[in-house]
Amino acid sequence: MTAPAARGYPAPDPTPHVSALTWVSVFVRMLAIQGAWNYETLLGNGVGFSLEPVLRRLPGGVHTDAFKAAMIRESAYFNAHPYLAAVAVGALARAELSGVPPERIERFRTAICGPLGSVGDRLVWAGWLPLSSLVALIAFGLGAGPLAVVLTFLVLYNAGHFGLRIWGLYVGWTRGLAVASALANPVLRNGPAYIARAAATVAGIAIPLAASRVVGSDGFTLAGALVAGAVIAVGLVRVHGRIEGWKLVLILIAVFALVSVAR
Amino acid sequence: MTALLPLSLLGGLLGLDVVCFPQMMISRPIVGATLAGAFVGDAATGMLVGATLELIALATLPFGASRYPEWGSAGVVGGAIAATLHMEPAGTITLGVLAALTTAWIGGWTLVKLRQWNAWLAGRQRGALEHGSRGAVVGLQLVGLTSDLARAMLLTAIAYAAMFPVARATVALWSFDLVLSRAVTVGAASAVAAAAAWTIFHSARGARWYFAGGLVIGLLLLSFR
Repeated sequence: MTAPAARGYPAPDPTPHVSALTWVSVFVRMLAIQGAWNYETLLGNGVGFSLEPVLRRLPGGVHTDAFKAAMIRESAYFNAHPYLAAVAVGALARAELSGVPPERIERFRTAICGPLGSVGDRLVWAGWLPLSSLVALIAFGLGAGPLAVVLTFLVLYNAGHFGLRIWGLYVGWTRGLAVASALANPVLRNGPAYIARAAATVAGIAIPLAASRVVGSDGFTLAGALVAGAVIAVGLVRVHGRIEGWKLVLILIAVFALVSVAR
Repeated sequence: MTALLPLSLLGGLLGLDVVCFPQMMISRPIVGATLAGAFVGDAATGMLVGATLELIALATLPFGASRYPEWGSAGVVGGAIAATLHMEPAGTITLGVLAALTTAWIGGWTLVKLRQWNAWLAGRQRGALEHGSRGAVVGLQLVGLTSDLARAMLLTAIAYAAMFPVARATVALWSFDLVLSRAVTVGAASAVAAAAAWTIFHSARGARWYFAGGLVIGLLLLSFR
């Protein structure tokens, strides 16, 4: 079912077309989707900002009530992982241009937030990002130079990052509001578990190698540092959540620096 | 101190990457500290700080509304301080990491303030937003991006200007040798990385064995060197 045409303007196209230039504009804007992130509307303004070039193609252009109503809808509260928000942006672009009734669009926006957030967090923040960091740390530990280490991380991470955004936009646009089934994609469903196992292996390799490169060739001191590190790590795991590791390091190093200067 | 302006620009761009644009993770410390080191003429020292910070940063996952350290500006400050002081190596990595962690802590607080600022701006524009004004939507986004850039530039400039003289004075009084200083720093960082690996990956089936297998490979590689 599609919404009726605005008075004096042609009816919405059930199979809309968007130019390549508009997609480029949408994609670049999506890179800034969190630009106005706040505790009230979260990603909402960013979704409206990303969709605005597509909404300009609504019948009658930007001065119509239909355009303004769409801008209000799309800039309202929205929460998702910033990369997977591309799925929603693609689907919403199609829905708006196809004239899907506003209440269906609003229901979709509400329903899709949770899945896009949880899948993205597990796949990217708790999977691909640490894996890419650890691979770069292995390159560092094996003696790679600054440029090679930086490029190892950036190329690996962004292959996944941009791949996910492009896939999200494509699948959202092609499937419209029926895009939820795309989230059952095996990569999204099983990927986090595979990535976690790979990252666990890579972590085991990366930590001693990276520590060795920082300390240098003194094997005895390195062994002491790694054993002490293992003991502290066990303690951190046991007090999980009650103290953040980086704050503990900050305190430890600050005390160490004070002792070094004072003694 | 002549490097203050370019470093604050670099810190601004990398700080912007943390949340707002383009989230390519050029803000990760292994990138930021290395780039900052290169800016002041010693990318290798910057990378040592960056790798140590990266071990620590593994534990901080940037989930939605949670408060987390801001590594973009922090990596720049830490990498630049260590790389500038590299002529006196004992203590420089430790002090670079210390400066970066302090900056990351303050940076996390400034991100919360930025989000509150964005909410205040959105509140002021509520009338226009409720009328579907595209200018209001686009304007809020651009002001948010500009505010974040300014936030990160200012943070980098202030942190570097305040901490560099302290670090220079401290490194002159540093009494522990280079190997011990680095071992303590990277030992603590490794502890955070190992705990993070457990916390993040332990729910995957067999993860502990994968980690143990990796550890054996890592230690074997070390023994062959």
